[in-house]
Amino acid sequence: MSKIHVTTTINGDETELLVRPDETLLEALRDDLRLTGTKEGCGTGDCGACSVTLDGRLVCACLVLGAEVDGKDVETIEGIADGENLHVIQTKILEHAALQCGVCTPGIIVATKALLEKNPDPSETEIRYWLAGNLCRCTGYDKIINAVMDAAAEMRGA
Amino acid sequence: MSLDNVPEHDEDAAAPAGEYRPRDFKVVGTRPLRPDGIDKVTGKAMYGADFYAPGMLVGKMLRSPHAHARIVRLDTSKATALPGVKAVMTAADFPAPRNIEAKDVGHHIMAHDQVLYDGHAVAAVAATSEAVAKQALKLIDVEYEVLPHVVDVDEAVKPGAVIVREGQRNKKVPDGYSDNCSGWYECGHGDVEAGFAKADLIVERSFKTASTHQGYIEPHACLASMGPDGRADLWCCTQGHYGVRRMCAGILGMEQSQLRVTASEIGGGFGGKTTVFIEPVALKLSEKAGRPVKIVMSREEVFRATGPTTSSSTDVKIGMTRDGKITAATAMCRYEGGAWDNWTVNMGVQSAFASYDLEAVKSQGVNVLTNRPKQAAYRAPGTPQATYAVESVMDELCQKLELDPIDTRLKNAAREGTKAAYGPTYAKIGLVELLEAAKAHPHYSAPLEPGVSRGVSNGFWFNFGGETCVSLALNFDGTITLIEGNPDIGGSRAAMTMMAAEELGVAYEKVRTLVADTASLGHNETTHGSRVTFAVGLATIKAARAAKAEMCRRAAKFWGIDPDAVEWVDGCARATGHNAGDFEPMPIEKIAKDSPSTGGPIVGHHEVTAEGAGVSFGVHLVDLKVDPETGFTEVVRYTVFQDAGKAIHPSYVEGQLQGGAAQGIGWALNEGYIYGADGCLQNPGFLDYRVPVASDLPRIDTVILEIPNPGHPYGVRGVGETGIVPPLAAITNAVSRNIGVRMNALPMSPPAIRAAIKSKG
Amino acid sequence: MPVVQIFGSFRAFTDGRAEVTVKGTTFKQVLDALAHDWPALAPVIDEGVSLAIDGRMIKDSWFEPVREDSEVVLMPQMQGG
Repeated sequence: MSKIHVTTTINGDETELLVRPDETLLEALRDDLRLTGTKEGCGTGDCGACSVTLDGRLVCACLVLGAEVDGKDVETIEGIADGENLHVIQTKILEHAALQCGVCTPGIIVATKALLEKNPDPSETEIRYWLAGNLCRCTGYDKIINAVMDAAAEMRGA
Repeated sequence: MSLDNVPEHDEDAAAPAGEYRPRDFKVVGTRPLRPDGIDKVTGKAMYGADFYAPGMLVGKMLRSPHAHARIVRLDTSKATALPGVKAVMTAADFPAPRNIEAKDVGHHIMAHDQVLYDGHAVAAVAATSEAVAKQALKLIDVEYEVLPHVVDVDEAVKPGAVIVREGQRNKKVPDGYSDNCSGWYECGHGDVEAGFAKADLIVERSFKTASTHQGYIEPHACLASMGPDGRADLWCCTQGHYGVRRMCAGILGMEQSQLRVTASEIGGGFGGKTTVFIEPVALKLSEKAGRPVKIVMSREEVFRATGPTTSSSTDVKIGMTRDGKITAATAMCRYEGGAWDNWTVNMGVQSAFASYDLEAVKSQGVNVLTNRPKQAAYRAPGTPQATYAVESVMDELCQKLELDPIDTRLKNAAREGTKAAYGPTYAKIGLVELLEAAKAHPHYSAPLEPGVSRGVSNGFWFNFGGETCVSLALNFDGTITLIEGNPDIGGSRAAMTMMAAEELGVAYEKVRTLVADTASLGHNETTHGSRVTFAVGLATIKAARAAKAEMCRRAAKFWGIDPDAVEWVDGCARATGHNAGDFEPMPIEKIAKDSPSTGGPIVGHHEVTAEGAGVSFGVHLVDLKVDPETGFTEVVRYTVFQDAGKAIHPSYVEGQLQGGAAQGIGWALNEGYIYGADGCLQNPGFLDYRVPVASDLPRIDTVILEIPNPGHPYGVRGVGETGIVPPLAAITNAVSRNIGVRMNALPMSPPAIRAAIKSKG
Repeated sequence: MPVVQIFGSFRAFTDGRAEVTVKGTTFKQVLDALAHDWPALAPVIDEGVSLAIDGRMIKDSWFEPVREDSEVVLMPQMQGG
């Protein structure tokens, strides 16, 4: 089976990939690039653990083919912090103890960043519905909501 | 010795009663950032599937599409011949098991001459890529003779039921039950017949719960590497890597010292990762191939072939006087946990009435085999199902007798000195305090909006101690490295760091806690049973005290005074008694720096089988409303009350309570395994196995009481599991009151609620 | 000689008795005495049991002391999640 040559930008870095036709973006990120921050929880787009943005749009990497990202911009959890400076969302998740096992956390952070770029002042209900695609089994979502609201407030004030 | 809080080393007692001493905490009770947090918010943390090794092969397992079938023919030769396939295995590759655990766990992983559940593996391959591995599976030739199956618990107990496996009947099981019944348990005291005769009202009901799954977001994953000398390394996500070592060594016929297991970060467990499902297969494939083998389960495999909960069918009968005193109570629990024996029903039997002070109580249970995967623990195993039934009947009694649900529970509450329904007499417990806190809380007195109903439930869990080894090293720069052997599933590294810092009188930031591999420490019991903050915390504190004692001895030597005349205060050794004031206090940094010259590196350590964990109780309040047209339930308000003994890091205690409540809400309203007529699982994915999402839940408020556990130096009581026990009945009671029909089956999904409303007429 | 209360489903192995008296001053001595006096209990004890001593659940500590007047309850093994 011949592979497809893909040129894309991942977290601001120009990247070349050779992907199988049926290879997902999730597999390409993890297995080819060893960017393992993006997680597979289900492989069928139900859990959101593989959330990334594609040209600024929030998607499940397991539902995107590697070949589809040719010429596009991909942002993953590894691109959220700026070098050693954490993003406000990351800091607030830590401060509010909004993670327990942490496996859903990369997806939640990517999804939250996408939300706050669209809607800098979301209500609690809007946050809950936006994050309904990111399953968390540990926290009951309470502290995640606190962290997101606090991050939103700080980003608006900054 | 005048050293404060240094216990005598008592050879003959594992954990002497009366460990607890009240004190003013400096670090414990605050909310520092967890040490593994930055790695987790940046994606750096390595979970089970995040490891790769040079020359690594991909392992895949071939699974039965039938619930019960004989394997007529299994031919793997075409798969072996496929280019890129480096190893193929079946159950025949495992040696004869050396104990029951190896036998049952190994059998659940790989079928012998019959497949016993939908998803039961028959073979596995390791190949150079996932694509080749998948192709190889297709080339394995399996011919099945489909056999009759049984998946329902009440069908399986009936005489004449399809027999799942021959020879499994337990001697204690009475007549009238099928030969699928592998266990029988009963406990209780008093004369229940006489008790029922005294009751003004008796309610007798039966309840069923569907099997649920722990639903951890991270599927099982491991990477095994075995050398030609039979020594192996295994990385896996697990709640207990020492347990993994024991089980894999047992299944593969290895000595434990030949297998080193490293626990990765773990993406949720809740009890479902306390056993093995893929690790022995990866090890065997690696042995055959001579290369590392990685196996990652798909989500579908996780639902079909790991360890869901038991499903249950329970009969409860409770008699009460008009003024709310329970006169007698009985329960009969029928649980199924798949095709292998387990004793989860026993915990249901024991815990069913644990919250009550009863004169007459009889609790019985049977475990029955079915054509389903082998059950695994899920927070407080067995307890939610039995508590759901008992607390539902309690609510019905209260409603019919027009009694307040909390007052009635207070009237019958277990307290210190109560003989528990399961046998022992309770020491100091906090149930009464919890009920009073719930009663006094604004949630309980808040007026109900139109259409909203309120539900209450008690809950109980045993909590465990177990084998624990901890080592605390003083680095030459005065910082501390603490190694322990328990995978961190809830923030326990933060708690250990805090207890070490508290004990040593140093800043939290000076201590680093790591979870070490199986070769680095003595055996550590799996992270389960709400044991870690209690047992590993106790060991950490004692290791710190041992280090302090040694540091004081070094200072005493340096000063040329008696070691008894030195104490540890605020991170320094200080002379006392008639030497007080003669010497400047010696800080930990100096003692550390000088340690090579004063006797060698300083390491405090502690090994123990911790006992005295202390039971815990919980009370939950919920307000909800049901839309009668759609059957949809909206949870409007939720409050958890639980006794933590001492909350080391309050945020992580809150997290356990909130997470347990969320899982319980899912279990009550939406989650459940659905089987087809063919005995196959219909909903092995997150779309149709519906766990709560962010938009399903309200805020979950928590009230943490601290009634110290005498068995722990800081009073800690385990908290991880109790939180899942009350929600099932709390939600059921509120729904039942809301629609005016007593619900008696879980999940109460919209179709079930609509059917109940319709049946009311 | 302490009195051991027998958990319901174990009474089949003690001729139906809810309480038996055994000789022993430690966890292990009590279990050994039970296995000796009631041979049908021996395989059950081998498989794994707990003793609740004065309200404390003791899973596996051979030298845990048992006093003459201790409350001792023989219980099946348990597991957490």
